[in-house]
Amino acid sequence: MKTDIKLAGVGGQGILSIATVLGEAATAAGLHLKQAEVHGMSQRGGDVQSDLRLSTDPIFSDQIPLGGADLILSMEPMEALRYLPYLGPEGAVVTSSKPFVNIPNYPDEVALLAELDALPKVTRMDIDAVAKGLMAPRSANMVLLGMAARHIGILAPEDLRQAIRTVFARKGDKVVEDNLKAFDAGYEGIQ
Amino acid sequence: MTVKKLLLGDEALALGALHAGLSGVYAYPGTPSTEITEFIQNDPLARERGVRSRWCTNEKTAMEAALGMSYAGKRALVCMKHVGMNVCADAFVNAGVTGVKGGLVVVAADDPSMHSSQNEQDSRFYGKFALIPFLEPSDQQECYDLMAEAFRLSEEVRLPVLLRMVTRLAHSRAAVAVGEPGPQNALAPDEERTRWVLLPGNARRQYAALIDKQPDLLARAEHSSHNILKEGKGLGVIACGIAYNYVREVLPEGVSLLKVSQYPLPAAQVRALAAASDEILVVEDGQPFVEEQVKALLGVDYPVSGRLNGRLPRTGELNPDNVAAAFGLPAGKVHQPAVNLAPRPPQLCQGCGHRDVYTALNQVIAEYPTARVFGDIGCYTLGALPPFRAIDSCVDMGASITMAKGAADAGVHPAIAVIGDSTFTHSGMTSLLDAVNDNAAITVILSDNLTTAMTGGQDSAGTHKFEAICLALGVEREHLHVVVPLPKNMEEITRIIREEIEYKGVSVIIPQRECMQTLARKNRQKRAQ
Repeated sequence: MKTDIKLAGVGGQGILSIATVLGEAATAAGLHLKQAEVHGMSQRGGDVQSDLRLSTDPIFSDQIPLGGADLILSMEPMEALRYLPYLGPEGAVVTSSKPFVNIPNYPDEVALLAELDALPKVTRMDIDAVAKGLMAPRSANMVLLGMAARHIGILAPEDLRQAIRTVFARKGDKVVEDNLKAFDAGYEGIQ
Repeated sequence: MTVKKLLLGDEALALGALHAGLSGVYAYPGTPSTEITEFIQNDPLARERGVRSRWCTNEKTAMEAALGMSYAGKRALVCMKHVGMNVCADAFVNAGVTGVKGGLVVVAADDPSMHSSQNEQDSRFYGKFALIPFLEPSDQQECYDLMAEAFRLSEEVRLPVLLRMVTRLAHSRAAVAVGEPGPQNALAPDEERTRWVLLPGNARRQYAALIDKQPDLLARAEHSSHNILKEGKGLGVIACGIAYNYVREVLPEGVSLLKVSQYPLPAAQVRALAAASDEILVVEDGQPFVEEQVKALLGVDYPVSGRLNGRLPRTGELNPDNVAAAFGLPAGKVHQPAVNLAPRPPQLCQGCGHRDVYTALNQVIAEYPTARVFGDIGCYTLGALPPFRAIDSCVDMGASITMAKGAADAGVHPAIAVIGDSTFTHSGMTSLLDAVNDNAAITVILSDNLTTAMTGGQDSAGTHKFEAICLALGVEREHLHVVVPLPKNMEEITRIIREEIEYKGVSVIIPQRECMQTLARKNRQKRAQ
């Protein structure tokens, strides 16, 4: 059994924290894992992505092949679309619906969301608004992870909750609580 | 006891070095190598053992200091990105001639596809050039394991060992089984004076000794447990370093496979593979280094393919898709690329001082149609992109000042250099001395954000010393200015740039304001305390 996840977003949006939580959960569950990150200049407000591969069997390539991703998990709707060629035929897209506009030629929002919604399996939500509503504006990425939890069959939601506790423990109880709240809001929000 | 840790390839190298009894790491930050040194800087064992780990001024000072530590009998590590090899090449190549005492391992992190670099040079050529053994891990576990072997090998053959990484492995995380830390070497400076004094008479003897070591190095590669030949039928595949993973990901059953992670290239294994196969496909990330050697080894009649004949792309990183295509495997069904999509290039942070520098510079040079701005390597290279489009060149570390000088020598005016603080101490100081000695009519903008920002905010070697350095190099006091790049100071900054462009000699303007990212990080740390 395997789950290949393409994580996407804009530099600074916190996709690597999502990867860290998934990595922690996978390690605790005894799964094999490879996670290729983007470091360096490409983080400065540019597009960023990370390939996360989880499997019960050994994994070879650090990169997900074209058409191989079970899930595109994106902090930004246009960034979700950027990696469509990597999405498998049965793959799902879970994304924030709120554009992050830091370029002059950002596409028309209505057309962009329509293109997203035309995909076979897509879940989108304004995760920033949800996180703000919870008074945890820095936890939008955990809302997204909560939304994705139903698509990550290889890990149970409780595995992810436990990983959130472990990963954020050193930042204090309040941060752990905010992130768990955000995760649950994402998880429940798409029922 | 063995425990499993989730580590980046870079981190696995760092921990491998620490567990191998490292006494010092010497490095200049450079993507994708930076995390090796950062890991050691933050590691409790390294702190407890007093492992030397501060950033160096450039890759050459790093290489030389590491050679000095090796001379003294201790184990030293040098880390850099691939282009850093060009900077330290003098020391690196001659360290092969002197040889080493304590184990000396040099990590060169190559960047196929140029994720954050200006070329795709393959550091394995440097290993062959220097006639030393070199290693190429295929995964994170091998990063950890090979580091210990590299130190052992270095001390056994008394040569530096090159360890070649690629971005994808450096920045990818996986579980690594790690062991216990071993002891550090005791201080034991080398007593053999002649091999370290490379006067021609000694150098000839040393070079002959280096040549004499080659059969042993080859034999070690032939019998390395990291070079594995599995014989099958039909097609024979040579997979080097990380390429092994892509091959295993898509491998059709039954082909013969030679995994190569230790060099010099194991020629007998290549011949054995060739004998068991009808043709050979070489899969390697970077340049066709092995492919050329295999062709030479097997002769023109033996069919060898790879990057040279287009079976694999000649440029760019390998991936499971182009490797699958090289095996003739059909591509799966994929979604069409999206329509509502625009590129999102990286950009200077909002509020960054470099932005104010370019705003001022653009304002002034709009008045000078013949102006040329020579850029350099750093965040401020992004000044080439919209909205600034402010620089005309970016070539190598320090080139801004010297290219501006050469262009000024040829008659270009105004000739302006834009260089960052860390790049200036790395390779710009000698350039400035040349310009001063020639009284070149150039204006140097030394944009000082008090850090090495592009690689993530490492300490910059010259912080708080730039005025003193410029004066000492001979820049005249009245043509050296420090300004604070903020919108409210725009009038002062543009006036100074204009005046100094009109001055027919060397001027240096230092816009000085801390990087937004390091400032925010410091504030976060303060709040946390």
